[in-house]
Amino acid sequence: MSKIERNMSLAGQAPAALSATQRIASAIGLIGLFILVLALANVNFPNKTLFLSLSLILMTAGTVIFANDLYRGKHAGIKNDGIWFKSMTGRGLWAWITGIALTLFYIVLYWFPEFLGLTENGPNTGVISLFDPLSYLINGGPASQWFVYGTLYTLAIFIFGYKFILKYRNNRYEVLRTFSVMFFQLGFAFLIPEILIRLNQPYFNPANIWPLNYDLFAGYKVDEFLSAGNIGVFMLAFGLISIFVITPILTYKYGKRWYCSWVCGCGGLAETAGDPYRHLSDKSLFAWKVERWVIHSVLVFVTVMTIAVVYSFLGENAGDFWLTRDVFLWGAAGFLTLLFAAIMIFKRNELAKDAKYGAIGYLVIILSIIGINYFSGNGNIFFFPGYQLREWYGFLIGAAFSGVIGVGFYPIFGNRVWCRFGCPMAAILGMQQRLFSKFRITTNGGQCISCGNCSTYCEMGIDVRAYAQKGENIVRSSCVGCGICSAVCPRGVLKLENDSPKGRINSEEVLLGNDVDLLDLINQKSR
Amino acid sequence: MEHIVIIGNGIAGITCARHIRKNSDKRITVISAESDYFFSRTALMYVYMGHMKWEHLKPYEDWFWEKNRIELKKAWVEKIDFQQKRLYFSSEETMSYDKLVLAIGSVYNRFGWEGQDLKGVQGLVSKQDLELLEENTQNCKRAVIIGGGLIGVELAEMLKTRNIEVSFLIREKAFWQNVLPMQDAKVISAHVRSHGVDLRQETQLDKITGDDNGRVKSVITGAGEEIECQLVGLCAGVRPNIELLKDSALETEKGILVNEYLQTNINDVYAIGDCVQLREAKPNRNSIEAVWYTGRMMGETLAQSLTGNLRKYNPGNWFNSAKFFDIEYQTYGKVSADPPEGEVHFNWQHKDNTKAITIAFNASDNKFLGINTFGIRMRHEVFDRWLDEKKSINYVLQNLKEASFDPEFYDSYEKQIFRSFKENIEQV
Ligand SMILES: Cc1cc2nc3c(=O)[nH]c(=O)nc-3n(C[C@H](O)[C@H](O)[C@H](O)COP(=O)(O)OP(=O)(O)OC[C@H]3O[C@@H](n4cnc5c(N)ncnc54)[C@H](O)[C@@H]3O)c2cc1C
Ligand code: SF4
Ligand code: SF4
Repeated sequence: MSKIERNMSLAGQAPAALSATQRIASAIGLIGLFILVLALANVNFPNKTLFLSLSLILMTAGTVIFANDLYRGKHAGIKNDGIWFKSMTGRGLWAWITGIALTLFYIVLYWFPEFLGLTENGPNTGVISLFDPLSYLINGGPASQWFVYGTLYTLAIFIFGYKFILKYRNNRYEVLRTFSVMFFQLGFAFLIPEILIRLNQPYFNPANIWPLNYDLFAGYKVDEFLSAGNIGVFMLAFGLISIFVITPILTYKYGKRWYCSWVCGCGGLAETAGDPYRHLSDKSLFAWKVERWVIHSVLVFVTVMTIAVVYSFLGENAGDFWLTRDVFLWGAAGFLTLLFAAIMIFKRNELAKDAKYGAIGYLVIILSIIGINYFSGNGNIFFFPGYQLREWYGFLIGAAFSGVIGVGFYPIFGNRVWCRFGCPMAAILGMQQRLFSKFRITTNGGQCISCGNCSTYCEMGIDVRAYAQKGENIVRSSCVGCGICSAVCPRGVLKLENDSPKGRINSEEVLLGNDVDLLDLINQKSR
Repeated sequence: MEHIVIIGNGIAGITCARHIRKNSDKRITVISAESDYFFSRTALMYVYMGHMKWEHLKPYEDWFWEKNRIELKKAWVEKIDFQQKRLYFSSEETMSYDKLVLAIGSVYNRFGWEGQDLKGVQGLVSKQDLELLEENTQNCKRAVIIGGGLIGVELAEMLKTRNIEVSFLIREKAFWQNVLPMQDAKVISAHVRSHGVDLRQETQLDKITGDDNGRVKSVITGAGEEIECQLVGLCAGVRPNIELLKDSALETEKGILVNEYLQTNINDVYAIGDCVQLREAKPNRNSIEAVWYTGRMMGETLAQSLTGNLRKYNPGNWFNSAKFFDIEYQTYGKVSADPPEGEVHFNWQHKDNTKAITIAFNASDNKFLGINTFGIRMRHEVFDRWLDEKKSINYVLQNLKEASFDPEFYDSYEKQIFRSFKENIEQV
């Protein structure tokens, strides 16, 4: 379409501008943020508790007022007017400014926390010191950059979650799901770990499951658990049960959404603070290809890395502990082989195209395992020690990918870049969702008008329309079950469902409504 | 190799092309001047409202056509020589065909009102109309929409997102009452009004007046009232686009006449989609059905015939859907606007005024005839089956839950509906 922006007259204008109230609300929120910036610039606030509270309250108030003005007093329903016209949500100047600011914040957070005021020996300064009072209150110690980050992260999920709930208040699935991510963020991701620290226990977030939590089985972490006695052993056991028991069961019953859209903190931020950017995801077939290569490479990377790390942690001597390096290595190889064989035997039809890639991934892992065994006695994989692999993973994937690109680039690439391209947890859940799950998105007969709302607003870049207009169910490994495609569909075509796995993946030659003789057609096709 | 030429790259033409390709290796050319690639006409409104960009309206990526060897020709067909099997383009090029498929869609009605050619008076059907609307609504404060159909209410919603006051003139006693039973039409009327639209029932357009620059200035209603406005939306329905075929050997009436195989009176010439008028309408259906679904089904059917599996166009039970601002509407089967003798309606409304259903059934044998639902999603497949199996109204109401398609955790109303039905029956 041609030029949209025109003169200052309000009538007839594309809905791109903010209302007066929204401007004031933005100002209030920005003042709250500005207090943090001042603290960053080492302004030493006389009463830290007061100014921290002021800052958090102003940011909250700004967002709440903004959301109220935007959605309250209007009919409940889909609220996407002007999304592509607005600078902030249409990849305009504001989007770039925000993206760059967020990216810089993540770079400083991960690699230069001293700029935020983190001081190793001695009292904190800067913005971190501003959070000291809250930190003392919750965990009994001074704040760290992670405490600051965790607090702001949780706050963001709450205030933007409020906005999200208002926006989708007509849709109970969306409302409940948002309460759920709020609950898990505040309780599991923020309070429980901090309180554990106060009680001198290891830092542990039960909702953060391996391989998303890639450090869970790292040597230092295992030491920490083991030295914490029963509770530590429980944590370790819970970590194992999560990935090997809880996850498969829940994913079988509900699809990966139980985690990605109801529990996970990364997903939580993406669904709340990131919601205004969901339409920016790339829907092209090319992007889908890239997605599959990248995300599965990350999965292979994290698996090899974890095996190497655990290997170097274990001892050689069966007398000390039954789980020796050899037992572990061959156990892991055996487990993966069984898993791979089972998939190939039971699911080879569904897998026709992807089998090759699965085999490549499997082969790489197995070769690495053998490599570990042959090339050294201390966890080297082709001469790289396990701990080094872990460091690289932490740098490349844990920080650069999930933080800097994943969140920093929300306003440019959309809100689920990490979840779609990078998260190894999503890769595992996705494989299971595709192969062993009752979850699917059903399409409603012939009702689709190919309008494209569903594809546009799918944050995972799934071309939902491509399936819906063929009357085909959507069974995609990347679908996080956010339910937005179903919400925005103006014709009521899509429904997220858990039903029997039989006939889940369907494809019809002729759409419902057209009574051509189907049997004839099928006979002809098979001839 | 046989060359199949399709004029029109809408849903009918494109579906036909895709299915021909699926079943054969024939050479396929699709001609249109409207847009480079197939787009979803039904979604035009979302571009104007900023929900989507133009690129999102394209159901297939641009590489799709070449990969599937569907040749696209951007040109306007001015004349067809049926005898020589040759098309003449406005660019003075020509193209020959072996088989010709006319999928040339519809145009909006202009009933010869005084002032209908003024600047700022337009309908909304094509990509060009959308671009024109963008231009015509610069500095527009007030608009008048003529005609209460589906495109009219979409246009009203579009204009409201740009802070334009909208007066909506409809002939009927309530919105879309020529299609919806009165009680349903009233629910929608109230909802449209609640969005700040000045809906004027039983109001006709008399004429449109212009200013010195040839721009629309106001609208005069049948009752003589003048409404000042800068835009007039002509939404009094669409009709088959047959201008091209005037004075040709091809038989037309309101639309291009075709038999049940979608053949016209001329050999090797077929017609599908909005431009079609069936010589014989199916029971309970119209001879012209200008909706997305029929275009698609005709495309599917004709492609079968053209690739060797001769097939009649046989649409099953009627279904359709729409959205009126925030209220979704679905319909399955037949619910008459003015029920004839023997067709009884059962109606239920939720107290919040955004949900309602109307079910039609036979008074004599209780056979279920059709359902309109508002604000509640229902399963197409289930209703299609129930209609085929000629279920009774009691069966339908008892099993309504099976047909529910609302998202998880939504309130369900089946029990309420069932109870309300029982009470109604007892009263009768
Ligand atoms: C705003 C709007 C909203 C709608 N919403 C819905 C809805 O929600 N649900 C629903 O079921 N239906 C809806 N419809 C109706 C639906 O879009 C049409 O029924 C459908 O698009 C018809 O498809 P078609 O392929 O027959 O023709 P069209 O899509 O109209 O395609 C015909 C094409 O042929 C081209 N053409 C015509 N003459 C020539 C020529 N001489 N030379 C070259 N090219 C030519 C035209 O430019 C056009 O591109 C809507 C229509 C509009 C306008
Ligand atoms: S397909 Fe639908 S539910 Fe799945 S991620 Fe995309 S928008 Fe969400
Ligand atoms: S939003 Fe609904 S109608 Fe539109 S393309 Fe998607 S499934 Fe089809």
